[in-house]
Amino acid sequence: MEKEILEKKDVTILFAGDSGDGMQLTGNQFTFTSALFGNDVSTFPNFPAEIRAPQGTVAGVSGFQLRFGSVEVFTPGDDSDVLVVMNAAALKANISKLKRGGVVIANTSGFDNKNLKLSHYEVNPLEDGSLDDYELHEVDITSLTREALVDSGLARKDVDRSKNMFVLGFLYWMYSRDLASTIQFIEEKFAKKPELIESNLKVLKTGYHYGDTSETFGTRYQVKKAKLPKGKYRSIMGNQAAAYGIIAAAKQAGLKTFYGSYPITPASDILHELSKHKNFGVKTYQAEDEIAAICAAIGASFGGALGVTASSGPGIALKGEALGLAVMLELPLLVINVQRGGPSTGLPTKTEQSDLMQALYGRNGEAPIPVIAARTPSDCFSSIMEAIRISVEHMTPVMFLSDGYLANGAEPWAYPEAKDLPKITVPKVTQKPAEGEAYLPYLRDEKLVREWAIPGMEGLMHRLGGLEKEDRTGNISYDPENHEKMVRLRAEKVERIADFIPDLKIEQGPEKGKVLVLGWGSTYGSIRMAVDQCIKEGLEVSQAHFRYLNPFPKNTAEIMASFDHVIIPEINDKQLVHVIRSKFLMDAIPFSKIQGLPFTSSELVAKIKEIYA
Amino acid sequence: MTGSKLRAKDFETDQDVRWCPGCGDYAILKQVQTAFAELGMEKENTVFISGIGCSSRFPYYMDTYGMHSIHGRAAAIASGLKAVRKDLNVWIVTGDGDSLSIGGNHLIHLLRRNFDVNVLLFNNEIYGLTKGQYSPTTPEGTVTKSSPYGVLDHPFNPLALALGAEATFVARALDRDPRHLKDLIIRANEHKGTSLLEIYQNCPVFNDGAFTVLTDKDSKQDSTLWLKNGEPLVFGENNTKGILLDGFKPKIVSLEDGYSMDDLWVHDESDPLKAHMLTRFFGDPSLEGNLPRPFGLFYVNERESYETAMDNQVQEAYNQRGEGDLDALIQGKSTWEIN
Repeated sequence: MEKEILEKKDVTILFAGDSGDGMQLTGNQFTFTSALFGNDVSTFPNFPAEIRAPQGTVAGVSGFQLRFGSVEVFTPGDDSDVLVVMNAAALKANISKLKRGGVVIANTSGFDNKNLKLSHYEVNPLEDGSLDDYELHEVDITSLTREALVDSGLARKDVDRSKNMFVLGFLYWMYSRDLASTIQFIEEKFAKKPELIESNLKVLKTGYHYGDTSETFGTRYQVKKAKLPKGKYRSIMGNQAAAYGIIAAAKQAGLKTFYGSYPITPASDILHELSKHKNFGVKTYQAEDEIAAICAAIGASFGGALGVTASSGPGIALKGEALGLAVMLELPLLVINVQRGGPSTGLPTKTEQSDLMQALYGRNGEAPIPVIAARTPSDCFSSIMEAIRISVEHMTPVMFLSDGYLANGAEPWAYPEAKDLPKITVPKVTQKPAEGEAYLPYLRDEKLVREWAIPGMEGLMHRLGGLEKEDRTGNISYDPENHEKMVRLRAEKVERIADFIPDLKIEQGPEKGKVLVLGWGSTYGSIRMAVDQCIKEGLEVSQAHFRYLNPFPKNTAEIMASFDHVIIPEINDKQLVHVIRSKFLMDAIPFSKIQGLPFTSSELVAKIKEIYA
Repeated sequence: MTGSKLRAKDFETDQDVRWCPGCGDYAILKQVQTAFAELGMEKENTVFISGIGCSSRFPYYMDTYGMHSIHGRAAAIASGLKAVRKDLNVWIVTGDGDSLSIGGNHLIHLLRRNFDVNVLLFNNEIYGLTKGQYSPTTPEGTVTKSSPYGVLDHPFNPLALALGAEATFVARALDRDPRHLKDLIIRANEHKGTSLLEIYQNCPVFNDGAFTVLTDKDSKQDSTLWLKNGEPLVFGENNTKGILLDGFKPKIVSLEDGYSMDDLWVHDESDPLKAHMLTRFFGDPSLEGNLPRPFGLFYVNERESYETAMDNQVQEAYNQRGEGDLDALIQGKSTWEIN
């Protein structure tokens, strides 16, 4: 039977199953195949904090949402068009995220009595009519997988583990996708276990053919290539982009990288990625704790390398004292915070923007540091390069903010060529003091930046430390006026960075007008979609987005003053709003969400309309 | 400066030394400067890293590169420095509070990793800079400002701890015996790997006399044991006492009473098991039946330093894959083009 093919502009799919069902892998493969095909893609993996929460329970459900389109997509979508559920718990956890009339593909083996009981369903939801508002397709994925592999000789456990390939194959059929890149992936992943290559490929193809032969599915869909800006593309995740950005910036500065880190979700992937690339002169060091990680990075910077450390909120809290030391030492140091839900251990696998205050003020004493935030997964690359440029050229520790949503999210990236990357100038001491003159380690240039004298350089011996420094000499000083002078010098040094960063710009909408939606960090995509929709509906709404949170771009107040209302959406409790109010004495309307989840565009559209009215 | 021989004085800085009069730290500073002159050390290639505490002011008084960092973290900072700068001669100066309490974690990990750095652990069994609270090496029962009814905490045995943490160089010296101290500083410098040199140091203000039994003319001969590699363990007036091993049990014997040198335990600084036993000579030697407190080099063992292993791994990556190609890294394996 020839099946009908319908064209769609964009589609959101949510894969959900037990944490052991391979939903992340399935989602990533679908993403990659769609990106390669030429769709724009945005993803949102959502997994439990437990590695293997009890099977079949709602707590153990792992999800992967992705949106792909022939139009530009900036978010992984609000509600999904298709929900794939491997068991009853996955349905229970995610049915509220499916559009009315959307497609449910349910693995019927995951709805046996045991699964229903574990997910607290009294009646089987596939049978009680509760899904009547949706297009329900029941497929016994487990049995079909077992049948396909009946002669494989594999253990039942291994057979069942490949059922995600059935799902992937089936969805490839449904969306007219090519199997080639996944076939290549499987061949590489199981290169040392040929029997698993064979079995996974067989199940993948079985899933694909099931679409063709099964009577239940009459329709296939097609999502054409997106009209993205010209260029060469690849798919990239935030933590990966951050790791590449560190390598690229160190190269542009001619420095060796030392990366000190202690494992923590969701920052560890940067360590994993960097540790693969030692042939770029990268040294990675898994320290005994968070404090040792930053201290070792400080030691490396003292030795003339680019010291980098990364963590998430709880780890950053532990690094606070050492970060203050770096402020006193005035050495380059990059501190990465891949934010997650807090306080305390909080929500380790969920996203949040609640460490902005910690980044700006979370140290004892007057200890200002530049703060830079990335807006999309691929933007982690250029934003982290910019953070490193500022750190090195201005001899200061810098905080780079990412979050769980950016870290694990993927998108197509029009990647740059190495020759086009910005150069970074290192302020190393060029000459030693004249005979008989003492070396002054805290002498400053017009940017108020001191030079970097590195052990091994003759005639420049000096002692740094956390005690207050005397101006110019760097000797210990308890002099009251010197202390005030040094506090102000260090603050002014950071303020002057504003002369070396670009202005805040209007991303879309008029340059002045009624409503400005002003964001920072990972809310960029949701705001972009929401403002775009409002503009299309004829509203006078604009978008601006901060990369630099300390110092702010010089035209910030001017931009804000050009609008009747400024809305600041944040995945925290009004942190940027507080800062803006105190810094500029200007009002901004907060819009907070603190659920460990990103904004949906529709939430933002509703808020914009409320203010607009 | 390189090439011209420096004198001890050349390692002094223009800063006034601000320890209390009579502090044991003066003697240690002097011996470090003297040893460095003897060793022909180059100022620009030497770095002192310290934490917080009286002893941690040390870097300000050495005309080398230096960092007076934050409480307990000198070992962590020195590790990062050494990881990227194998060529530097790195010294950590720390105290009993700094490295055994707030910085205890960093110390044990430094020792197991075996970075080629030298740790001078000034042990005065008290917190001096904060004015007299008990430290992790203060004996139980001691009355201090924070323990008016006596210390409850059982103290650390720093050298036993170091061996437990897989240290490759473990030694003990005394501020009152400068020549012996200087010799151990020189041995520590020679060792490729982390050298831990514990130095008993008298705090005349808050814990005066903590080591009197080990330094007083009348008591020191019976209470101290000076280890020499390849030589029997003898002590006491005119070295008339010795220690032998009765099975696994050390026993004090008199050489004037039926025992000869041939019966005694001969010190072997490469023997880890015996080194463990020597660190357990830790009772109060003024009490009847207790073993004397040993000084000298307990244990030394060559094991690859962390920075060497790290550099080798990086070099291996270069050998196998060549210098990293940034464009290849950025574009990855699968790309597509939009025209």
